[in-house]
Amino acid sequence: MTAPAGVVDRRRSRWVGALIGIGVMAAVDEIVFHQMLAWHHFYDRGTPEIALLSDGLLHAAELVVLVAGIFLVADLARRSALSRVGLSSGTLLGAGAFQVFDGVVHHKVLRVHQVRYDVDLLPYDVAWILAGVLLMAAGVLVGRRGRREARIP
Amino acid sequence: MTTRIVAWAPSAALAAMLLAPYLAALRLRPATLRPHPPWRTAAWVCGATLAAAAVSPVVTALAHNDHRAHMAQHLVLGMYAPVALVAGVPLALALGSTPAHVGRRMSHVLRSRLARCATHPVTGAVLSVGALFALYLTPLYALSHAHPALGWAVLVHFLLAGYLFAWSIAGADPAPHRPAFATRLAVLVVAAGAHAYLAKTLFARATEDGGLHHGSLAEAARWMYYGGDGAEILLATLLFAAWYRQRDPVRGMAARAGVSHP
Repeated sequence: MTAPAGVVDRRRSRWVGALIGIGVMAAVDEIVFHQMLAWHHFYDRGTPEIALLSDGLLHAAELVVLVAGIFLVADLARRSALSRVGLSSGTLLGAGAFQVFDGVVHHKVLRVHQVRYDVDLLPYDVAWILAGVLLMAAGVLVGRRGRREARIP
Repeated sequence: MTTRIVAWAPSAALAAMLLAPYLAALRLRPATLRPHPPWRTAAWVCGATLAAAAVSPVVTALAHNDHRAHMAQHLVLGMYAPVALVAGVPLALALGSTPAHVGRRMSHVLRSRLARCATHPVTGAVLSVGALFALYLTPLYALSHAHPALGWAVLVHFLLAGYLFAWSIAGADPAPHRPAFATRLAVLVVAAGAHAYLAKTLFARATEDGGLHHGSLAEAARWMYYGGDGAEILLATLLFAAWYRQRDPVRGMAARAGVSHP
């Protein structure tokens, strides 16, 4: 289940990081694009019912995930099992994966909302999904560097 | 003067009903037991104050003419007051302050099949969030505005259902047969998701025809959406705080040995 106290648990740290990355990215999306830039709105006319429902569930899950992340990190730290490399690479991977999911599934498949309205969407969609891919790549790189460092005696 | 006293009666009665037994139990708590955590008492007092304020004539009068005030009343009575009251662990306090045979009777009642079904998170979710669907998507909302008795019944229902839901999700009182942590977390997410979905649906309805006549309705729906978030975060925090306490390598062992740490 969990490693004994005092043993760094990188796998668990990475998973916890991924959770936090997903939650943070979802919250950033909501706060920056919905509230501050108002690019897409609280509700878009013509939103299908199923999209409203998935949106509600995702929103609820995102908040719980953020709270969970805080307590999971606290728990790992208390047992001295927190791997900083695992946590940061996991966070980047989670944030990137969410961004890609949001760009592909939410914007294009379910069409909950678009990134922006009354403009050519292609550059925005590409930027959105590319940003996610870059974040994931960064997560992989951080994880690799951490592995190399760990091998240095 | 008399009318004013009558108007404040529900608030006063509610505050007295919630505070008197709790404070009495605190006084009666045997010195041999660990002291009741002060923050729990503060949470209970806070919840009682919120609930009493929500049914005060000031708020009720506002709620009658403005959908936003009605929504604020609902948020406080159905979510925030219950969460604060649940954090006060009244059952744990009662068990410590009453004679053993009363405690045995209480746990016997709690163990019954009926109590088990009634206190399941799904029951709480259906009674609180499900009732919101019934209220806002049927003529019930208009009726509750037209008939004061029905209006009061709705308010009482939301306080009780809200308490039941919050307790079933994040209650820290001793309870036989509490469902697994994962079950409670899943029900919380689904219930909060349904709540957010209803809020957006109401917002959509209010803004369908330009939203000019329904400015306060749309605004109320927005309050419902974000107000629900706050309550969900609080419940999740209480739930994870309990999880964190029981994972403590030191205290966790004591807890598993049957010594409770509320």
